[in-house]
Amino acid sequence: MSDKPKFAMYWAASCGGCEIAVLNIHEKILEVDANFDVVFWPVAMDAKYKDVEAMEDGSILLTLFNGGIRNDENEHIAKLLRQKSKILVAFGSCACEGCIPGLANFSPIHEILGTAFSTISTDNPDNLRPQTAFDMPEGQIRIPTLYPVLRTLDQVIDVDYYMPGCPPESHQIAAVIDLVIQVLQGKAELPPKGTTIGAGNSTVCDECERTRNMKTIKEFDRIQFSQTDPELCLLEQGIPCNGPATRSGCGAKCPSAGAQCIGCYGPAEGVEDYGARLISSFASVIDATDPEEIDLILDGLVDPAGQFYRFNLAGSMLRASKAAFKANGS
Amino acid sequence: MSDNNFEPTIIGFTCNWCSYRAADMAGTARMKYAPNVRLIRLMCSGRLDPTFVFKAFANGADAVLISGCHPGDCHYVDQNYKALRRFHLMKRVLSQMGIEPERIKLLWASAAEGAIFASEVSKFVDQVRELGPLNWNKQNGGIAAAEPAKEEVAA
Repeated sequence: MSDKPKFAMYWAASCGGCEIAVLNIHEKILEVDANFDVVFWPVAMDAKYKDVEAMEDGSILLTLFNGGIRNDENEHIAKLLRQKSKILVAFGSCACEGCIPGLANFSPIHEILGTAFSTISTDNPDNLRPQTAFDMPEGQIRIPTLYPVLRTLDQVIDVDYYMPGCPPESHQIAAVIDLVIQVLQGKAELPPKGTTIGAGNSTVCDECERTRNMKTIKEFDRIQFSQTDPELCLLEQGIPCNGPATRSGCGAKCPSAGAQCIGCYGPAEGVEDYGARLISSFASVIDATDPEEIDLILDGLVDPAGQFYRFNLAGSMLRASKAAFKANGS
Repeated sequence: MSDNNFEPTIIGFTCNWCSYRAADMAGTARMKYAPNVRLIRLMCSGRLDPTFVFKAFANGADAVLISGCHPGDCHYVDQNYKALRRFHLMKRVLSQMGIEPERIKLLWASAAEGAIFASEVSKFVDQVRELGPLNWNKQNGGIAAAEPAKEEVAA
């Protein structure tokens, strides 16, 4: 073991894209290796949970934790890494706000398992479900227990910094790693706890280069069904674009490539509830005053909750409220 | 489901120019109506950020009342139309989030309509009393069931 500061990265309920984004910083990864001793990173190296358990508390300098908390294994490792880490970053949309795995919170657990194990394409005539514990001659074996809902990282443990994005952009990751290295060398100071790092403070619209005029929407359309003007604001053209409420930092990649912003960088600075902010901005620009006409225009938004909470259902004001948690028993 | 002893807590957002004055009028005229609504005065119904409504529900309100000037009468020209459109979109989102759309109500009331304000509030309170307390885990497609996942898996 070297005396370099220690680095860890873990994935809970996530897809692995965050890991790829980290490796996507190219040769900068060599600087990570030069400045840090990677002690735990299940995707990239072999390590056992008991190795982490054996570490001294606070001995890991920097932990990037991606993924939401879906089962008891996720929770155990989150708590363990919190105990062993000095700086713990909720890394990526899943850890920050639930992301796509959090959309499962729309469905009760039996429906989720039903979709996984009892659809017509699944060969499971006895309707079996995985058991969390099974007795073998050699002893009992266990798999993690699913929780009723997915929780964001800060609903389970104390988080030092948030780094949004699905996944975080590689240049932003590189900037954050640079910052930590500078802090190690005494050339910079860490931002205050709870700060969102590796992102801007404004909205995606602020970074978007499309032309904006007065918005008046008579019809919402899905992008796959419409021919859009490449120069003009997408929302103005009736494409539900989440830019107005989404945090900047990505460089407005999707709108500049001709696709609408779907909101992976999460709520912009000062936005308390992402979906509510979008409801406000979408409804404001609809060009109708007659209730029936309004309803007709709104029919163009096929799945409003999915549109407004694609990335932060688990962290939304309604679903993260105490009342909701009390009701689902977690 | 309906519990006779249940008294709903309702947060009401009123605009400074019409509906708050309607409520004021109902008060000065000593009209009787259900005391369940806690009024919050905004300058205009167009000021109503959907965040306020969601925050009310998240903090235990059973229903939310939004009221403003009649269409065409807005002190700020056309902001009450914004409130109308937000109300329609909010209803759709709330029902997907597991909250019955009947738990929010939009009411137009001019400064002279104290009686209408009072009777509509009483009607709304009855409607919410019928719905019962906001019960997160009983909604269709709402939050996941209360029983721990373990029992489901072991079934």
